[in-house]
Amino acid sequence: MKLSLTRRYHFAASHRLYSPAFTEGENNRLYGKCGNPYGHGHNYILEVTVSGPIDPETGMVANLGELDPFVEREIIEPFDHKYLNEQVDEFRASVPTSENVCREIYRRLKAFQAARLEKVRIEETSNNSFEFTSDCGEKRDTAR
Amino acid sequence: MIRVTRKLEFSAAHFYHNPKLSAEENRRIFGKCNNPHGHGHNYVLEVTVAGQPDPATGMLLDLKELKDILQREVAERMDHRHLNYEVPELAGKIPTCENIAAVIWQLLEPKIKTGKLDRVRVYESADLFADCTGETNGVHGGAHT
Repeated sequence: MKLSLTRRYHFAASHRLYSPAFTEGENNRLYGKCGNPYGHGHNYILEVTVSGPIDPETGMVANLGELDPFVEREIIEPFDHKYLNEQVDEFRASVPTSENVCREIYRRLKAFQAARLEKVRIEETSNNSFEFTSDCGEKRDTAR
Repeated sequence: MIRVTRKLEFSAAHFYHNPKLSAEENRRIFGKCNNPHGHGHNYVLEVTVAGQPDPATGMLLDLKELKDILQREVAERMDHRHLNYEVPELAGKIPTCENIAAVIWQLLEPKIKTGKLDRVRVYESADLFADCTGETNGVHGGAHT
């Protein structure tokens, strides 16, 4: 048997999809209304999945008393009610698409010690969701 | 391969307490879940069975049969019960959603005769759930190994 635990968190943030590596025309074609220079925002839902054996002493894969403050410190505080492009260092150099946001959240949460980080999934809207798992590989060198 | 998922809701009471630990340790580890009077949840169980559909019926399994198995094995044991006191399979275990998912897996696995039990997911709330699958934790290791 394999056990995993998934916890959902919420944060609200604004972003703009635009890359200086592309011309204005290319940016418009690629990002459409997401490139609006004033930015726009979402209520993001973040799902964090950790796995491991159940600790017989606690009955838990991971204690939420440890996971919640960790996610709060690493993700919610730096991301919630922020403009991702300018207020999260990673997105000064990369476009804060939800793919990149998902990967950055995974990178930050990988340091969680009490269980194995299995998956990070974010819903940008109820229609769009993104997942990053350990087998998604390392960061690619791209214009974004 | 096709996966079919059936849902069941049940409501139950529980609290977290490990008698091997001091009262203070219990409070530190389990927080408000340690309240000895208990508290409760509307649990949502999702049971997924995987396999090939029968070409004659187009069905992987008879969902009515699965519904009856869930009713008998899970609802009758756990619905409107106190998980610490009334479910023998959880005796001696802290009734976390991880342990509930593992116990339900063990109860259901031998009962699923058509297809193969693929996943047991137990939602304690909309923002918290545990998954139990047939894979082994050993493959990936883990903090407690």
